[in-house]
Amino acid sequence: MTGNDWLQMGLYLAAVLLLVKPLGAYMAKAFAEQPNRVTRLGAPVERALYRLCGIRADEEMTWQRYAIAMLLFNLAGLLVLYLLQRVQGWLPLDPQHFGAVPAGLAMNTAISFASNTNWQAYAGESTMGYLTDMLGLTVQNFLSAATGIAILLAVIRGFTRRSAQTVGNFWVDTTRATLYVLLPLSLLLALALVSQGVIQNLHPYVQAHLLQSAAQTAGRAAATPATQTLPMGPAASQVAIKQLGTNGGGFFNVNSAHPFENPTPLSNFLEMLAILLIPAALCWTFGEMVGDRRQGWALLAAMTVIFVPLMIGCVAAEQAGNPALHALGVDQHASALQAGGNMEGKEVRFGIVDSGIWSTATTAASNGSVNSMLDSYTPLGGLIPLWLIQLGEVVYGGVGSGLYGMLAFAIVAVFIAGLMVGRTPEYLGKKIEAYEMKMASLVVLIPCALVVVGTAIAVLAPAGLAGLANHGAHGFTEILYALSSASNNNGSAFAGLNADSPFYNTLLGICMFIARYPLAIGMLAIAGSLAAKKHVPASAGTLPTATPLFVTMLVVTVVVVGALTFLPALALGPIAESLMLHGH
Amino acid sequence: MRSLIRQSLSLLLAMTLITGLMYPLAVTALAQALFPRQANGSLIVRGGRVLGSRLIGQPFRSAGYFWSRPSATAPRPYDAAASSGSNLGPDNPALRAAVARRVAALRAADPGAGPVPVDLVTASASGLDPDISSAAALYQLARVARARHLSAAQVRAMIDASTRGRQLGVLGEPRVNVLELNLRLDGLWHGRRTSRGLAR
Repeated sequence: MTGNDWLQMGLYLAAVLLLVKPLGAYMAKAFAEQPNRVTRLGAPVERALYRLCGIRADEEMTWQRYAIAMLLFNLAGLLVLYLLQRVQGWLPLDPQHFGAVPAGLAMNTAISFASNTNWQAYAGESTMGYLTDMLGLTVQNFLSAATGIAILLAVIRGFTRRSAQTVGNFWVDTTRATLYVLLPLSLLLALALVSQGVIQNLHPYVQAHLLQSAAQTAGRAAATPATQTLPMGPAASQVAIKQLGTNGGGFFNVNSAHPFENPTPLSNFLEMLAILLIPAALCWTFGEMVGDRRQGWALLAAMTVIFVPLMIGCVAAEQAGNPALHALGVDQHASALQAGGNMEGKEVRFGIVDSGIWSTATTAASNGSVNSMLDSYTPLGGLIPLWLIQLGEVVYGGVGSGLYGMLAFAIVAVFIAGLMVGRTPEYLGKKIEAYEMKMASLVVLIPCALVVVGTAIAVLAPAGLAGLANHGAHGFTEILYALSSASNNNGSAFAGLNADSPFYNTLLGICMFIARYPLAIGMLAIAGSLAAKKHVPASAGTLPTATPLFVTMLVVTVVVVGALTFLPALALGPIAESLMLHGH
Repeated sequence: MRSLIRQSLSLLLAMTLITGLMYPLAVTALAQALFPRQANGSLIVRGGRVLGSRLIGQPFRSAGYFWSRPSATAPRPYDAAASSGSNLGPDNPALRAAVARRVAALRAADPGAGPVPVDLVTASASGLDPDISSAAALYQLARVARARHLSAAQVRAMIDASTRGRQLGVLGEPRVNVLELNLRLDGLWHGRRTSRGLAR
């Protein structure tokens, strides 16, 4: 690895961690129940919205009512997005006349965006009209992220409230997350991205006359017009929220590898920063809201401890290059004149290090956007994003969902610790009992089961094998990656697999749905149960949960569950491929 | 239950108007006012004809032009309406065959130019990569100079003028914009460099 590799990784981590406190503190204000500077500023807008929608802001919801509101809101959004895609041919702002999106693909995309997965079975520049981009995809980018934050807020109230029947108001939480956090940040980021060259317009596609005609290029004398169709559209506004909301569904087919979606190293840095920004800062918000900032730092530390070595590993694996190309006389050494390394499926402006950091961050968070093609990564470079997804999207994770997923792991960790010392486990002053433990286990194990069972179905079905672009161990990894990505609401892909088939649109649609909603309901159930409990004052027998010891236990819990469940499958995929590649 | 349904539908409608209409239109208006050239695709226009975008690569095959990276877009390379990578795995025989073919073609066109830089024989992620590495530009220098009857120093100066260093001195990788470089060779590039690399 080069000195600049280390410098860019260090710079990225420093930027993420330095913003944790200011943004985390701001969000704590935005979600506080007592009026403060932030909420007073937005109060008139909030009041007008609630009046229009018949919402009483002071209504308190039980966890069941909160869950039903969440489900109804998401279901409505899902259906609207589906319908928009189906009728876009009759709507304005479809200058390329793409017409209706096929039903299977439209349903898959609707589930994908509502569930914050943003799995991309479609190619944006040849499928979606501008109105679908704006009214459909952009809206769900906002609302699925806001839903994640809302659920997290309910869970936090489970810890802070005592002997209470309610966990908050879903409408208020969603509205505040959108208006105070997602919208202002997106506006800033979108404009910064446009300054770098991300497009933002409503023009039809532009015909360019190539400098050297296509006919010359092909070596034929044919007089075909030598043009290139340049796609246009409102990209920056969608790209900003797809990065900030851990959504990840691209405006274009190749996502943030596209020069119109990510034109410069600076736009790349900002987009990478936006991936981890909110999930990391929510740890601070959590600490502040439960009244003990060290608890937030402990969770953030556990996430960072897992993230950093994997990021370094991914960059190192890609920088080492592809042994199959060494033999062909290709120069893969890094120097002042080239980035070197495994450049298949990577862009020159990003080179190895910016591609490796991005791929690690986007899979650690449940973002799933890409700036390089994971399918062409070296076996070990590709294993790291895959395994990060399989850890359950809790290393920073999705906006809101990452932290509430990590809290499920924390409940499991204190339970295991309780078993070791023979005490009733407690977390943040609440007793952890059989009910919480059952729900937390479900939250941890459902995605694992979806991945393993789904992969088994896909490799046994002829329709599952039909879409493969690569064969052997790498082909197996393509399938395993698709199921892991959908079942953990990530959305990135080993994109060689052709997932726009009835088989994969259905299977992955089901996985995305189950991975999002039953898990959210499980966490809300925990929130309701904890809110009803009394506060237990810390005693000599209480395991302190803001210590290096607990951070270690939490990391071990996450890693052991992820390793035990998936090592056999990983051995058949990337590990076998690596042995074969280096054995040649 | 009925009140929840009504609330969810009306909040969805309100949020759709705010985040799906007001927000993207506000960004569009601000972008068009503040950064019109970037917002509209950083187009290069000469004599009323759009010659392309500075950000989107183009295919070049004649000896007098610098060649871009291989592109995996279908049906033809650098099809900007269908961005795509090759998605070939590192051990895929098709990848090895393609790279071997490209290496042979480059060796034939630039005999004695040394080892082949990796970015010149591997397909980019987007299929539209506008850049090549400095190593890839220098590899082709002698061929272009020969074909254009220019001295190596003249071509070298044009490469240097089309090279962008790491942004802010740290970020990304040094790179040469192929379309800009070839426009310079044709005498069609009138711009000068700025530190931000955005001027024409």
